[in-house]
Amino acid sequence: MNMINLLILPILLPFLFAVILLFLKENIRAQRLLTIVGLVVSLAAALRLIWKVKTAGVQTITLGSWPAPFGISLVSDMLSVLLVTTSILITILIVLYSFTAIGEARERFYYYPAVLFMLTGINGAFTTGDIFNMFVFFEVLLIASYVLIVLGGEKRQLRESIKYLLVNVISSALFVVTVGLLYSVVGTLNMADISAKIAEVGQPGIITVIAVLFLLVFGIKGALFPLYFWLPGSYSAPPMPVLALFGALLTKVGLYAITRTYTLFFIHDVAFTHELLLVLSVLTVIMGCVGALAYFDLKQIIIYNIIIAVGVILFGVSQMNEAGMSGAIFYLIHDMLIKAALFILIGIIISVTGTSNLRNMGGLMKTHTSLGWMYLITVFGLVGIPPLSGFIGKLLIVQGGFEAGNTWATVIILISSIIVLLSAMRIFVYAFWGEPVKLPKSDRRSYRKEMLPATLLVVISIVYGVSTEWLIPYMADASDILLNPSIYIDAVLKE
Amino acid sequence: MKVNDVVLQTAAKVVFFIILLFSIFIFFAGHYTPGGGFVGGLLATGAIALLLLAYDLRTVQQLLPFNFMIVVAIGLLLSIGMASGSIIFNVPFFTHAFDDFYLPLFGATSLHTAMIFDAGVYLVVIGAAMTIIQAIGGDS
Repeated sequence: MNMINLLILPILLPFLFAVILLFLKENIRAQRLLTIVGLVVSLAAALRLIWKVKTAGVQTITLGSWPAPFGISLVSDMLSVLLVTTSILITILIVLYSFTAIGEARERFYYYPAVLFMLTGINGAFTTGDIFNMFVFFEVLLIASYVLIVLGGEKRQLRESIKYLLVNVISSALFVVTVGLLYSVVGTLNMADISAKIAEVGQPGIITVIAVLFLLVFGIKGALFPLYFWLPGSYSAPPMPVLALFGALLTKVGLYAITRTYTLFFIHDVAFTHELLLVLSVLTVIMGCVGALAYFDLKQIIIYNIIIAVGVILFGVSQMNEAGMSGAIFYLIHDMLIKAALFILIGIIISVTGTSNLRNMGGLMKTHTSLGWMYLITVFGLVGIPPLSGFIGKLLIVQGGFEAGNTWATVIILISSIIVLLSAMRIFVYAFWGEPVKLPKSDRRSYRKEMLPATLLVVISIVYGVSTEWLIPYMADASDILLNPSIYIDAVLKE
Repeated sequence: MKVNDVVLQTAAKVVFFIILLFSIFIFFAGHYTPGGGFVGGLLATGAIALLLLAYDLRTVQQLLPFNFMIVVAIGLLLSIGMASGSIIFNVPFFTHAFDDFYLPLFGATSLHTAMIFDAGVYLVVIGAAMTIIQAIGGDS
């Protein structure tokens, strides 16, 4: 059966299951079961969609049977469908981790519905082909993330959620203003149509101003250099499963939005816009490195590693050549997987030792050997030691950087890998080597249960690294459409 | 000192039904004139809020013994269900349908599936607004 609504299922199914969970507030077992069922069904739909996009090209649908620029278009190209699938996969594993790590009090207060609503927003933002609809999906995921960040009501969570909310409300208002400005210039909201209209007028000054405003908006969401100030504080407040979810997924939506707008709309004054993106991304990498080395707190070290990765990916995007772009996509998906794995492992270390301060740890290798090896493999993957998952992405990004002639910036990206290795190995050295410290009494069974999703994520990331050759056609499809917006425009407007 | 609010309570009993009827009118009129699910839902919440002002939280909860989170969930299900109907017919998501029907009391009436979606919005708005009012107003 040729099902034209297939691309909406990864958005619709998490939403539907979240609504059903609202009826089952007190029944935690049913909530857990339904969450997993809903996510697995969504994953199946997303995998089916990958296959369809691979065989039949870009999938588009305009809701309500309206013709293309007038209705809301949803567009699934290879980039968006890969991101959707990765998000669902990561959410499944983090939900598995939540079963033991989040605690019944939170589960009883709409934890799982909030996770599923957030996934709805994330998948929607990845799939939409309408700039205002993207704003709406941003709000869906943000409002769910407000719930997750404050759920539990600890003092620290309350303080940090006020900051998080304030920053995001301001950036959302800026988003609306920017979309309004863009609408007043081009007179359309459909992304393919916007791209075509901008190409007609050849990007005058006002469009470049709008491009910078979009960079500002998505830079706040995605934690780009001068706008990342809110992230280290806000992300350290919620419990570990929520932090893993945020660290793996939320900033990546901002990255996707920058990538989409800077490859589809604003491609006629690259000398200014993409140069700006390049400078900011390199500064992001540098500031992230400073933060990653400065702390003795497990969470903060990994949080600053998110910021480094944001810089590296946007550096790849700003090159606007084939190597840089497919490198950025490789690295983006790698980073989602590896950050989720890292945060779960860090969470296990924190729950085993009862502290997040590196100075109070030591000798875990003797008591928790598998955790140690797992962490070591993840760190090697994070840094990009071949054949693990971070290698090919960074290699292609560096190649793209040299091809585009940005030698110095590329060298900084290369040096940042060493600093990432240093910061993550410091955790390994302090926590796993040395004399064992006295550990608080912990539940061995929940430790084993928590290791399961971590192991699965590490295995997935290894497979992702080893099967590079097999993945290249998919990445080539994804970077193709980013470098040739005409494919996207034709798919949406000429049906 | 006991406050005598018999005027407020008597007026509220009458005005409640007027506001509620107006909210239903606004809801049904939304397709051709200003109005629709959102305003209708807010008006209905306003009517209930008037009862809350005239009486107290417990009386109103006895009068309307709903869990308003469930009202939100039912509203969402209604809207999703309407939009998902298009999946069965294999037309783009959210495609609406309408037709003229002959109803016994109303005569020839044009019915549109957008109204089911709006009914969902109406319930979500009532449910969400009432949840907020009860959560802030309650002293549990």
